[in-house]
Amino acid sequence: MSETPSAAARARYWRKNLSWLGGLLSVWFIVSYGCGILFVDQLDKFKLGGVPLGFWFAQQGSIYVFVVLIAVYVLVMNKLDKELLGDQFQ
Amino acid sequence: MDVKTWTFLIVGLSFALYIAIAIRSRATSTGEFYVAGKGVPSLANGMATAADWMSAASFISMAGLISFMGRDGAMYLMGWTGGYVLLALLLAPYLRRFGKFTVPDFIGDRYYSNTARVVAVLCAVFVSFTYVAGQMRGVGVVFSRFLEVEVNTGVIVGMVIVLIYAVLGGMKGITYTQVAQYCVLIFAYLVPAIFISIMLTGNPVPQLGLGSNVLENGVPGSVSLLDKLNGLSADLGFQAYTDGQKSTIDVFFITAALMVGTAGLPHVIVRFYTVKRVKDARISAFWALLFIAILYTVAPAVGVFARTNLLETIPNKEYAALPAAKSEGGWFKNWEKSDLIAWVDKNGDGKIQYTSGPAFIGKPSFREDDQGGSLLGKHGERLLDNEKTDGANELYVDRDIMVLANPEIAGLPNWVIALVAAGGLAAALSTAAGLLLVISTSVAHDLVKRTINPGISEKAELWTARIAAGGAVIVAGWFGINPPGFVAQVVAFAFGLAASSFFPAIILGIFWKRANLYGVISGMIVGIVFTSSYIIYFKFVNPAVNNSDHWLFGISPEGIGTIGMLINFVIACGVSLVSKAPPAEVQDMVDRVRYPREALESADS
Repeated sequence: MSETPSAAARARYWRKNLSWLGGLLSVWFIVSYGCGILFVDQLDKFKLGGVPLGFWFAQQGSIYVFVVLIAVYVLVMNKLDKELLGDQFQ
Repeated sequence: MDVKTWTFLIVGLSFALYIAIAIRSRATSTGEFYVAGKGVPSLANGMATAADWMSAASFISMAGLISFMGRDGAMYLMGWTGGYVLLALLLAPYLRRFGKFTVPDFIGDRYYSNTARVVAVLCAVFVSFTYVAGQMRGVGVVFSRFLEVEVNTGVIVGMVIVLIYAVLGGMKGITYTQVAQYCVLIFAYLVPAIFISIMLTGNPVPQLGLGSNVLENGVPGSVSLLDKLNGLSADLGFQAYTDGQKSTIDVFFITAALMVGTAGLPHVIVRFYTVKRVKDARISAFWALLFIAILYTVAPAVGVFARTNLLETIPNKEYAALPAAKSEGGWFKNWEKSDLIAWVDKNGDGKIQYTSGPAFIGKPSFREDDQGGSLLGKHGERLLDNEKTDGANELYVDRDIMVLANPEIAGLPNWVIALVAAGGLAAALSTAAGLLLVISTSVAHDLVKRTINPGISEKAELWTARIAAGGAVIVAGWFGINPPGFVAQVVAFAFGLAASSFFPAIILGIFWKRANLYGVISGMIVGIVFTSSYIIYFKFVNPAVNNSDHWLFGISPEGIGTIGMLINFVIACGVSLVSKAPPAEVQDMVDRVRYPREALESADS
């Protein structure tokens, strides 16, 4: 078995985890609360395929973005785990 | 074949399938009973989670609510999917790494207190029962309308089915039945949506049909569906469908309360314990949201289709000229018979006037003769005891029926209508089973094994869990047969409570080592007291002033849990900082939750 990662490596892993979470949750906030609620009237002036843009974000777009956010999270965390653990990661 | 025969056939086949699966995957140990032996593949767990997450409310009521609320309906869409993002990113992977069975387990260990554990158990049981009552009502509504049996008979049939596979199979049985139930419910939701989308817009993808132009004589015309609906709404005196009705701040806070409230739902969190590794938990979270998103992006389209069809077919028609109940196209009178549509001819012209505002005060209370038969008015409509309002609106349509009635309104074949009934039942039963399991785990594991009688044997614990599940089914059935009149209020309560209590305690427990027992307990108490007094005041003590003039910052009781949560966070942090740090072993436990197990192997041994 290879060596257990150092405390510094673990701290780095956790910092990266937190900054990714911060980034993903910012996007989460912007598409739902931003585009879907706070700026919905401004965005409604534009249209996307027959649907006012703000309305689209509120009832469709935010949900698509949520799915993508979790997909990105899965990939990123797998990568971080691999960086931390090297060969032990399966 | 008529609708009833089709419904018996399809519902009967689906029930037989669920029971067959449950018998094949019986639980033989507490590990299998609580978490399916941690051996569920991610894809299957994703489907099971999706079925667990999507309740009778998602399947039956949500599109209807949206169709009446227009743009504001987005609060449910974003609230219930955005909350899932919080769950998948902030809670699930860490709780999975913690490795015990339940959320109360985590709270109890992280805050080194059995009192905290018991408080968490009580919250979990309260939230679960509130939810189960709603599922059982859903089962009753579907049965009474489609199989024309008493609501009570319907609830009892539902109870027996859940009893068989929850008590016998435990989590293992539930998981694989939920996989089947997801397939049934999504198929049942999509088929009518696709049919109606093609009929209205020619586009087979409902999500795209929403933005397409309306068909005129079979070819796409020049008017978009939403413009047409806005036009119909304006003609009848309703607000435009794509405009909001509630204030921005209220929508903001309600959405946040729904997100945070759902993120803490115990029956969904426990699903992540059933997979092998943390990596699988993350992947199954992705699958689950993908499967949920299929229904949640179709729902707003269903809302628009249903609203358009309703506004095109009913307003200003003569009641007497509408097709009779049980005949073709007789949906209006069918649902009137089921108490969910009501019409009062205020101006005596025999036509159904439909415009904004309530037709009368409260839910319809139909007038009956001594034998319990309906008293009918001049045009054959059922008479009401309710006090009429001054407004011109004469029509009451229960929001819950839009999805169930949609295929009938659109004139789809009978087997599609029957399929929707089976889908509604699948959604209600899958969620009910998940919740009942949480109740039984909470009682058998958290209360009996961890608190009252730690020496209990594996076999006795398994039996305790089975008995608790059985007891929970009976209590839930009782709520289904005697639904408390305040279900809607209680649901607002459950979300507010979950948001203002659990969520901050779990988040701080994972992300802030310094958070201690005193901080979290004081935060939870203040959060719960604040939120519940606000809700109780406006919903029960003084409902007359329940309007935006009297609300704090214009936030309704449905959204106040968000403020309660913020208060909880502030107090928990403040009190933790001025009191003593948690013991070293608890801080080590937080490390175990944060890093992959392999990264700490030697530090532990």
